[in-house]
Amino acid sequence: MTWMAGALGVLFGGAFLCLATAGRPAWTRTVGPTVTVLGCLLGLVPVGAALSGGAAPAFCLPWSLPFGSLSVQMDALSAVFAAPILIIAALAAIYGAEYLRPFEAKKDLAASWFFFNLLAGSMLLVVVARNAVLFLLAWEIMSLASFFLVMFESEQPNVRRSGWTYLIATHIGTAFLLVLFPLLGHQGGTLDFAGFSLADPGPRLATAAFLLAVIGFGTKAGFMPLHVWLPEAHPAAPSHVSAVMSGVMIKTGIYGLVRTLTFLGTPPPWWGWVLIGIGAVSGILGVLFALAQHDLKRLLAYHSVENIGIIALGLGVGVLGVSYDHPVMAFLGFAGALLHVINHAVFKSLLFLSAGSVLHASGTREIDHLGGLLRKMPATGLAFLVGSIAICGLPPLNGFVSEFMIYVGSLSALAGAPGAQVGVLAASLIAVGSLALIGGLAVACFTKAFGVIFLGEPRSDHAVHVHEAGPAMRIPMAVLAAACLVIGLSGPLAIQFLAPAVGLLTGGATVASACPAWATEVFWKITAVAAGMVVLAALLALIRSRLLAGRSVTDAVTWDCGYAAPTPRMQYTASSFADPITRLFRVFLRTRRRFAPPSGLFPAASSFASETPDVYRERMYRPAFSTVENVLSRFRWLQHGRVNLYILCIVLALLALLAWKLS
Amino acid sequence: MNLLPLATMLAGLILAPFLLGVINRTKAVFAGRYGSPLLQAYYDLGKLLRKGAVYSRTTTWVFRAAPVIGLASVVVALALVPISGTPASLSFSGDLVLFAYCLGLVRFFTVVAALDTGSAFEGMGASREVQFSALAEPALILGLAALARVTGSLSLTGIFSGMAGSTWLVAGPALALIAMALLIVFLAENARIPVDDPNTHLELTMIHEVMVLDYSGPDLAMILYGAALKLWVLGALIVNVLLSLLGLSGGAALAGFALGMILLAVVVGVVESVMARLSLLKVPQLLLGAGALSILAFVLIVRFTL
Repeated sequence: MTWMAGALGVLFGGAFLCLATAGRPAWTRTVGPTVTVLGCLLGLVPVGAALSGGAAPAFCLPWSLPFGSLSVQMDALSAVFAAPILIIAALAAIYGAEYLRPFEAKKDLAASWFFFNLLAGSMLLVVVARNAVLFLLAWEIMSLASFFLVMFESEQPNVRRSGWTYLIATHIGTAFLLVLFPLLGHQGGTLDFAGFSLADPGPRLATAAFLLAVIGFGTKAGFMPLHVWLPEAHPAAPSHVSAVMSGVMIKTGIYGLVRTLTFLGTPPPWWGWVLIGIGAVSGILGVLFALAQHDLKRLLAYHSVENIGIIALGLGVGVLGVSYDHPVMAFLGFAGALLHVINHAVFKSLLFLSAGSVLHASGTREIDHLGGLLRKMPATGLAFLVGSIAICGLPPLNGFVSEFMIYVGSLSALAGAPGAQVGVLAASLIAVGSLALIGGLAVACFTKAFGVIFLGEPRSDHAVHVHEAGPAMRIPMAVLAAACLVIGLSGPLAIQFLAPAVGLLTGGATVASACPAWATEVFWKITAVAAGMVVLAALLALIRSRLLAGRSVTDAVTWDCGYAAPTPRMQYTASSFADPITRLFRVFLRTRRRFAPPSGLFPAASSFASETPDVYRERMYRPAFSTVENVLSRFRWLQHGRVNLYILCIVLALLALLAWKLS
Repeated sequence: MNLLPLATMLAGLILAPFLLGVINRTKAVFAGRYGSPLLQAYYDLGKLLRKGAVYSRTTTWVFRAAPVIGLASVVVALALVPISGTPASLSFSGDLVLFAYCLGLVRFFTVVAALDTGSAFEGMGASREVQFSALAEPALILGLAALARVTGSLSLTGIFSGMAGSTWLVAGPALALIAMALLIVFLAENARIPVDDPNTHLELTMIHEVMVLDYSGPDLAMILYGAALKLWVLGALIVNVLLSLLGLSGGAALAGFALGMILLAVVVGVVESVMARLSLLKVPQLLLGAGALSILAFVLIVRFTL
């Protein structure tokens, strides 16, 4: 507990220390990241203890706030979420130290580091808080800190717009949570989490709580159609902040949902269907929108929606397993979802950091302006390639392990559930089908991103004058890339570490003790296969180099079917690469194309442009919000600016309340 | 230790290129030609392995890594596939997912290597490949899931050893639908007519062949050999499904499997001789159709069995 208090103290106290260094850039540069790294290292001690040895005792202090208490606890479930938060925040801070250097001339970074440390501390507090007031306080600090971090380049109008979108969206989500917690605490008369789990909610209360949690936490997590803030805010933030937000901050939404599930007893099947439905929609549409983007960071942000969808699929499979009493399905569904939380944190922050390094070097996020960067930025390119393979869920990296768990969880239901349980069968079939389609489309999207940015020839001057990132940016990327391979090869260990947390969700010791033995064996075989694949590839490479030794190995121009003077402009671009798929799914995407074709005998300049704005934003939120604005603008007459009348209103309201209370 | 699984895997490694010869000979017979020798694929591989290499100046290490990673993952996929009753060298619950994703890894690297050359032609092929395979993957996995439902097993070995003639009595129509879906996936993934034409090296209609235009020497040998192995592993799925109808065992099953693979190659040759390639816009409909067949088969199994 002392370690935990130490970590929170260092992060929150250090944040103010950063503020104190304002005006001294050299101090800020050192103090900011050091505080984050130190706080995160301290926090990892209780996380490690909780993952290996079971839950630490709850720590509770009374607090003067009504219904508030300073109760925190690091149990297995908190630890699963806290581990990526601490590790990614520390690595992003090291990266940020170098990434922010060019901005020092223009702005004071003290505020930026203040909010970054505040964000790291509040995320940790969110996952360990055991009181609703404390939780909501931490939740709000987290939202505000990340809002100010998104607004870093607030001199740009589109950054300001993205920031406001985020602020509004996150507070709409919080509004649902403000209803959720009193509802949960109503019965026990307390807002301590310990009181929630003891009380037995009736079916109606449980239903209301579940729906509120799905909407409230789903807004933070980015469930479609609550995701609209995500593709706006993540690209606008500096890249190390995007990595933290996309990699771990949105997972606090998943944490909240999962924690709420532990309060609600045995879930009815339709909760599982809701989650699988959300997962399928978010997953498939998330990757399709990603395919249609030209902006690298926007593309990655849509992939976060996709991966949150995969996590929701896993949770849905787990919930169905619990409610129909299929232990394997329940265990692997939840285990896959939780492992995917960690895996997505690793590879998505890796991708955002390498995208940041591309942006840092080339000054553009337009994929179609880049090309051939692998020659000049070998380390960044390798990091992006590793992240791409991992996010596509391909063996032998980590994405495969978690997707495999969700697959096998749903396949076990498909193969074993009795024919009468049509709901389980249909939901599992949807889960398997969506995972397969998402997998195929993700390959399309990341071959596009990696291939167009890093391979081929430079498409514009942006891509010519680039340089590799410095060591402080390369080291975090190297650590994360290594983590992708290590987690990919240590499936059996992952199962062991996740078993206690999954046990909390499946609510049964029998599942947690019976299933891992079976699953561990499968994962040892996967590890063996993955390692075998690496060895075999190395062996084949050796054979080839033996064969080619002493023979003529020459360089030539790319064979373009006899065309002798290819230019970089003739290469396929990201837009043309994705075009067949975006056309096939045009019903969902509504891509706008502006095409001025060449015409006449001596055609003048022609042009083609396409953009794919978010359909939900355009068709759902914009009309809804403009209606609200129209209605509310009728009350403008109240806002007349005369202070004495305002005070009169306040006094009248107070008198009315007093009269109501006394009567 | 039972060596039979390893022996069948070795048989796959040795015999896979032979299927290419059978396909080409069938097409030659249809065209009234004498055709190339049945062992032509082996001669080609031998010739390529003896040559040097030419690399495009645009390419990077990714281009050179793709053939070795691709071949390694097809070999892993081969290790997961059983042959008519003989278990695979490697099997565990859920290996059918690993099987599909190994083929996904091959595709990832083939596509990335094509983009590495910076050629417009190869980019075009790559773009088509990812589109079609994204639609073929659900059809494959849902088809295998339906087979898992029939036999109650989650491993390819368990699935195919659990199927017998009696399974066909219970779920015959569904199995026929699955075989059809797998055949469509097989033709699409192996770049065969009606999805792709393996012969038109210099046309705008091609997909797989154009992506490997820039390879030469041992690299091209690895790619050709990998393609032959992919033909073998996906073909083995179809032959295993259909062969279970006869309920053979022991040596007869192995002989039946060999005959079945040759017959499948002949069917591919016949399809290529009598059909034209589909318009590229029609291919997604074919692949979505395969996915629909898989789902229909699953529904039939749930409705009419157990």
